Amino acid sequence: MTTINESRPAQGLRADDRRDEQVHESTKPLGGIAGWVDDRVGAAKGVSFLLKKVFPDHWSFMLGEIAMYSMIVCLLTGAFLTFWFVPSQTLVPYDGSYIPLQGVMVSDAYRSTLDISFDIRGGLLIRQIHHWGALIFIVAVFAHMARVFFTGAFRKPREINWVFGTILSMLACIEGFAGYSLPDDLLSGTGIRAMNGFVQSIPVVGSYVSYFIFGGAFPGEAIVPRLYSVHILLIPAILIGLFTAHILLVFVHKHTQYPGPGRTNTNVVGYPLMPVYIAKAGGFFFMVFGVITLISALFTINPIWAYGPYDPSPVTAGSQPDWYMGFADGALRLLPGWFEFVSWGDFTWSMNIFPGSILLLPIMWGVIGAYPFVESWVTGDKREHHLLDRPRNAPTRTAIGVAGITMYCVLFFAAGNDLIAIKLHLSINDITMALRTLFFIGPPIAFWITKRICLSLQRADREKVLHGRETGTIWRYPDGRFEEIHAPLTPNERWPLVQHEVPEPLQIIAEKDENGVDSPIARKERLRAKLSHFYFVDRVAPVTPAELEAAHHAHDEPHAALPAGEHEALESTGAGAERESIKADKRLD
Amino acid sequence: MNDNETTAPGESGALVSATPGGVVAQSQADAVDRFENPGLPPHVHRLADDDESAAKRAERQVATMFGLSMLGALVFLVAYFVVPDESTFYFPGIGIASTQNVVLGVSLGISILMIGLGAVHWAKTLMPDTEVVEERHLQASSPEDRAKAVASVSKGGEAAQLPRRPLIKYTLGGALGLFALPLGLQVAGSLGPTDVEELKTTIWDPSYNDGKPIRLMRDPEMTPIKLEDVTNGSVFHVMPETLQKFIDEGKHVLEAKAKAAVILIRLDPELIKVQKARDWGVDGTVAYSKICTHVGCAVGLYEQQTHHLLCPCHQSTFDLTEDCTVIFGPAKRPLPQLKIQVDDAGYLVAPQGFDQPVGPSFWERLR
Ligand code: HEM
Ligand code: FES
Repeated sequence: MTTINESRPAQGLRADDRRDEQVHESTKPLGGIAGWVDDRVGAAKGVSFLLKKVFPDHWSFMLGEIAMYSMIVCLLTGAFLTFWFVPSQTLVPYDGSYIPLQGVMVSDAYRSTLDISFDIRGGLLIRQIHHWGALIFIVAVFAHMARVFFTGAFRKPREINWVFGTILSMLACIEGFAGYSLPDDLLSGTGIRAMNGFVQSIPVVGSYVSYFIFGGAFPGEAIVPRLYSVHILLIPAILIGLFTAHILLVFVHKHTQYPGPGRTNTNVVGYPLMPVYIAKAGGFFFMVFGVITLISALFTINPIWAYGPYDPSPVTAGSQPDWYMGFADGALRLLPGWFEFVSWGDFTWSMNIFPGSILLLPIMWGVIGAYPFVESWVTGDKREHHLLDRPRNAPTRTAIGVAGITMYCVLFFAAGNDLIAIKLHLSINDITMALRTLFFIGPPIAFWITKRICLSLQRADREKVLHGRETGTIWRYPDGRFEEIHAPLTPNERWPLVQHEVPEPLQIIAEKDENGVDSPIARKERLRAKLSHFYFVDRVAPVTPAELEAAHHAHDEPHAALPAGEHEALESTGAGAERESIKADKRLD
Repeated sequence: MNDNETTAPGESGALVSATPGGVVAQSQADAVDRFENPGLPPHVHRLADDDESAAKRAERQVATMFGLSMLGALVFLVAYFVVPDESTFYFPGIGIASTQNVVLGVSLGISILMIGLGAVHWAKTLMPDTEVVEERHLQASSPEDRAKAVASVSKGGEAAQLPRRPLIKYTLGGALGLFALPLGLQVAGSLGPTDVEELKTTIWDPSYNDGKPIRLMRDPEMTPIKLEDVTNGSVFHVMPETLQKFIDEGKHVLEAKAKAAVILIRLDPELIKVQKARDWGVDGTVAYSKICTHVGCAVGLYEQQTHHLLCPCHQSTFDLTEDCTVIFGPAKRPLPQLKIQVDDAGYLVAPQGFDQPVGPSFWERLR
């Protein structure tokens, strides 16, 4: 499949490239075990196809790899833990070697987790690798998701993979919550108790759902065994299945690449799987695993012995869930109590709990999953995209993403409103009020600022292309004037700054049908045109060769430049008008 | 089907994009004047590509890393047997650490990490660093392949006589639609009992004590409390005397505790502004459910100066002087009060249980 098309200058090889080593066909016959296997499965063709697959390199592509590798670490260490962990809430007297708890009645789950930590040699290490791996897994999943979002990698043909990823991220959080609850310690038990409260808040069926989940009254003896099947069987099975599909689709689509010289929408430039990518990616697995292990060697995580066994009556000061559930906890802290009301028929509506704890999750992941479809509808862009956007070149999308992250962060910080209050010596009431306000005004402000920043960065790119890169060398002219010398960009340096498209808003071309009646499509399409306007009104077009030519010209006449950065984003809909304003942007002719 | 094109222009209400909607094309390129893709940049040789001694050095570095990995593994194997279980040591910057965990973890970590570092260094210094170009093709199958796929599906359907035998088609649809229901019902229906009315009762109800008042007991000691034990400003965590039976039988202890936990506080009776709250207490000694009316954490942080009870989970704050109404936070309802008295022996007792369900709200709470 590795085709070197010499007729296309953008993709050709350079004179000194060691091409023959790249596409070198093995001359040795297939023998031994490999031959035996191929006689039976005929896999050689597929394998050689696979090994020659090309992967582009970029640090941000490693985020997904970190997620994958830390998940594998969790699968491996999780399997170890199952040998010793006992998923049972039967009460037993603790008789292990952790002295402060000896003789205390604890659940078997808690006892066995203490045993893993104190009486099984290396058990604590495995447990800590499992927990650190889980935390890193979830951080990496979200970082990976952000990378995909901000670079537009979710666009056609990769929308399905975005949806898979959305589900994976949700499952990862649920898997983490289920695992975190297994040891049956005071902290995680308090989390489960809150979860019970969440479930009870569901209108109409809440109490029943709670009784179904807990197999009767809270806490019962069913929840740990049930979470155990969820944690080690149900969700891992779905995780592994979806993850496999996710990776297969990456192979099918071939990885996206950042724009750069020689990289086009119809090629992929990078290293072949064998040997470079295998060494790098395989090596990276060991690096991730190694780093997680070192962290687990040095930093205690979840010291359940310090929390004690679960009991509904002791108080757990400063209780906080694992970080990935923080945003839901924060939403709960921000919802005011008076949202709860009793309706006709004496039914209780817990609207101070239900929206933040139960409703928020499907809404959040639903919006994320739907985004690619919404964007492509609004922009009318149904083409395949294999070249990534630099985030600044998609200002509206980038701004939407930052607005979403802002909203998430407000909720996340709200989950620590007590800690913030203590640390900063502020009143918790004020902080909560401030965060409530921020929840509504923060995202629009973040949107606006981000979009402005993107547009300015695009203008800075234009500056750079037109006037060259700052060299840091200052010239003094005979007339006493100082000027910094700008070095012109080489074509290779220039290309990433000028390669992008600047789409324009969709326009309605026929509002009415032949009889002059508003057609029903037109109404929907008007909304679409409005949204499209919202996406693309503000834009900065890349420099064209003619503009660069003119700029060079102007440079010869000294001192023609105006102070930079006064130009406002273009507000135009027609192509003609845009060209006009860009001339103005160039502000030299 | 094939959505590679945007909506056809000219259609009623159709939208057009000013950007030509080509297929996997670098549009615009032909529309306006644009820069040309300059092609792959020249390949820069690395030191090890041209200089054999640099390559040798790289080889030695990679081998050293793999060697360190082996060493790490061996250290682990030895340490597993020789480091005693209980030994701890002071790790600067981190604190007291378990020697075994640190030694095993660091040696394992190094043995794993060094494989990774070695492989990556090898790839970066010695493996070819020329980039390879692979072409992409449209993701969609060709129209012929699509047509073929449609043909084989419909041929298969016809061979099975599906179009000609609607009876089979509809009954199959019905059967497939229904078969999952029994399975769903089995799991959903059998997960738990449905006696949710339990949510409304606690073991403070005198029916758990043959109708007699129930003593307040210290938690977890389970000893009764005399009124004079409760000094001004002191806080007692309390369980009902009826809990003892559950403890003795070793069954449903936590379920009982989860609803029965009570906090007992004495304050100056003058401070209590609500008549009922004063009446239900004894000399300013009052008892309230400790289960937060928000989502059910144990509300146990008492601020003596302000007489506030604070929930550690989401900071709902209840004012003891106002019959525990919520003055801050996401909870809505006051903590339910437990009426208490002093019995003949001088111990605190609860004569009637709670007058409402304790803990978080639920749909049929008031029904
Ligand atoms: C892939 C994602 C996974 C995540 C995010 C995850 C997360 C967690 C977390 C946070 C804990 C609490 C550990 C503690 O601090 O005590 C836990 C416990 C546990 N996990 Fe996982 N886990 C994953 C996969 C698995 C798998 C695949 C298995 C089994 C095959 C497994 C088996 C266990 C067991 C037995 C425990 C309880 C033992 C203990 O608490 O020490 N996990 N998990
Ligand atoms: S459980 Fe008490 S404030 Fe949420």
